[in-house]
Amino acid sequence: MVENIIIAVTALSLLAIVFGLLLGYAGERFRVEGNPIADQVLEVLPQTQCGQCGFSGCRQLAEAIARDEASIDACPPGGALVITELAEMLGREVPHGHDTSEVPAATLADIAESECIGCTRCIQACPVDAILGAAKQMHVVIDAECTGCEKCVDTCPVDCIVMRALPARIATWAWPYPDAERAA
Amino acid sequence: MGLMKLFRFPGGVHMPDHKQLTRDLPIDRAPLPGRLYHPIQQHIGEPAEPIVHIGERVSKGQVIARAGGFVSAPVHAASSGTVVAIDRLPYPHPSGLQSRCIVVETDGEDRWVPGLRPIANEHKHDPGALRALIREAGIVGLGGAGFPTFIKLHPGREQAVETLIVNGAECEPYITADDALMRTQPDWVVDGLKIMRHALQAKECIVGIEDNKQEAYERMQAEVAKLNDPTIRVVKVPTHYPTGGEKQLIHVLTGKVVPSGGIPLQVGVICHSVSTTVAVRRAIRLGQPLFERIVTVTGQGINRPRNLRVLLGTPVRDLIAFCDGLNDDFKRLIAGGPMMGYELHDDRAPVVKATNCLIAATAAELPENRPEMPCIRCGECARHCPMQLLPQQLYWHSRAKAFDKVSDYRLVDCIECGSCSYVCPSRIPLVHYFRFAKNRLQQQKIERQHADAARERAQTRESRLARQRAVKAERTRKVKAAAAAKQAHDTPGSAATATATAPPTHVVSSDTRPQTIDQEARQRIATAERQRKAAASGTSDQA
Repeated sequence: MVENIIIAVTALSLLAIVFGLLLGYAGERFRVEGNPIADQVLEVLPQTQCGQCGFSGCRQLAEAIARDEASIDACPPGGALVITELAEMLGREVPHGHDTSEVPAATLADIAESECIGCTRCIQACPVDAILGAAKQMHVVIDAECTGCEKCVDTCPVDCIVMRALPARIATWAWPYPDAERAA
Repeated sequence: MGLMKLFRFPGGVHMPDHKQLTRDLPIDRAPLPGRLYHPIQQHIGEPAEPIVHIGERVSKGQVIARAGGFVSAPVHAASSGTVVAIDRLPYPHPSGLQSRCIVVETDGEDRWVPGLRPIANEHKHDPGALRALIREAGIVGLGGAGFPTFIKLHPGREQAVETLIVNGAECEPYITADDALMRTQPDWVVDGLKIMRHALQAKECIVGIEDNKQEAYERMQAEVAKLNDPTIRVVKVPTHYPTGGEKQLIHVLTGKVVPSGGIPLQVGVICHSVSTTVAVRRAIRLGQPLFERIVTVTGQGINRPRNLRVLLGTPVRDLIAFCDGLNDDFKRLIAGGPMMGYELHDDRAPVVKATNCLIAATAAELPENRPEMPCIRCGECARHCPMQLLPQQLYWHSRAKAFDKVSDYRLVDCIECGSCSYVCPSRIPLVHYFRFAKNRLQQQKIERQHADAARERAQTRESRLARQRAVKAERTRKVKAAAAAKQAHDTPGSAATATATAPPTHVVSSDTRPQTIDQEARQRIATAERQRKAAASGTSDQA
């Protein structure tokens, strides 16, 4: 009788120890570095690195969203597309007042070359290294790499950087939404 | 010729063909315009790059813009004259936007300098040589798509080309350009077909002609009979829109179905239009690049409908004038056919390689978009869709801008033939919705690529800055250690001077300001600051 109890307790304890070790090992062996949700959120964000959300860059916002410390509509350049994608991915509600069709108008930074004094401040401010130049040399924006974050605009001591809208071109033209066209 | 078993593609529509306006007319040559407008983008792919400068004299057939990449095509001057401008000018496109054009003021001499070397017997040449010549001639699909032809003359790597189809269906109403070519120059069409066949090493050739073009069929039949080659056939197909669609014609003639999202080569078929075939013949036999094409100018709104041989770059306005102008009932101008064409907003736009038809329509003929009514779920669209899609589902999702859902319903397979819009009792512009959704999907893809590139750059920059910070921290630590060591055998209290005399660090970090800004720059900064302050105080005064 007592033997049976001892056997049962021992067997269960042994099992507990084995599984405990197994779990402990698996926890170490398969540990995930960082927050995988943050990485997924980062994939969706538009990567302008503009800081308009209040964080220093897209990665920081992604981490905050993953921790549920930032709203999914915190990213102005991402527009409605990012909001809907994040809402679907994270299972959160779309905050009110967002037209899901709206495409944020793309703008690019443009340096007035005759006014640039070559101070390199905008180069240091650019989060994606899209400005070329050297001290006392004229700077220029690489259009293809500019995300339109406007971070360079305020750093310019002579106010020679302006944001300009991309001109309408046939190569980038898209059919408008049918209703919109008829209303116009 | 024995009867051939024909197949039937699903859906499609029957409609009045309106071809009687120009059906029996010959091809007339349109007059040489005072100015030719050559857009650098007349094809699918990279735009061509201008290689002439303003003021340069050019001769007919001279390359004025070279191909901008592999999927691209050069542009040739259509007549001799002087380049007077290279600028954004009216262009035939649904957006009404302007595009870069090379403007040639013609001198009336039509002076011609042969640039390409003609080939009399294609069998003495490698197919690659033929393709190179066709590429140099700037030939693109003249049926409307404008895809560079030389690419479509490559025999498949994995799949040999069984069948070369010459598309003479011309199924859209009004258009008679290919019909006119087959009626008047069947020998050219057949010669072009032989050249293409050699380039593709195709086993058999079929010319498909809709049965509303009896004369063209008979002429082509007679021409092919001369060859006495059983592997080349001319086949009459039932008139049924959109039989002229590449995938539909392949289905009708061979019974083969191009897989979803695939190309005809996957089923061993290549399809070229009659106009392209003639352009190839012209390039190979005469050494003439593509500088003219046949355009049907038609519609109830024009005084004298005609089939015209037009120099590329001729303004549409000049063609209308040559057709005795517009009448009072004229309402709007359509480039292309009534089903797949688009409204031309500016009659100064030139004829380009893909312009096969211009319709000056009256209000009764082609009513303008009327307000759409709610979908009544009748299912007519699905019944008539030649690609067996579900236009109704696609419509709901496009309308709701649910772009991920439209992909599930094979939006990519939509050929934009307009059959669904045509039969819709609620007059819903279905194709317009589908084009909108397709464009947005494309845009999203590009945005995603751009974002990926930006993320990579931001991460590279972050790690670079981190590295620099680490180097700087290391230096500071060393300096401090040195100072501490010095302090150890110096008297306490002189540590501050030791740190101050430490060598300056030259590491650039994110917050370093340049030490040297010249005097002028300083002044300008000061002026800008003053202005900013003045502006700020000005606004606060107003407030």
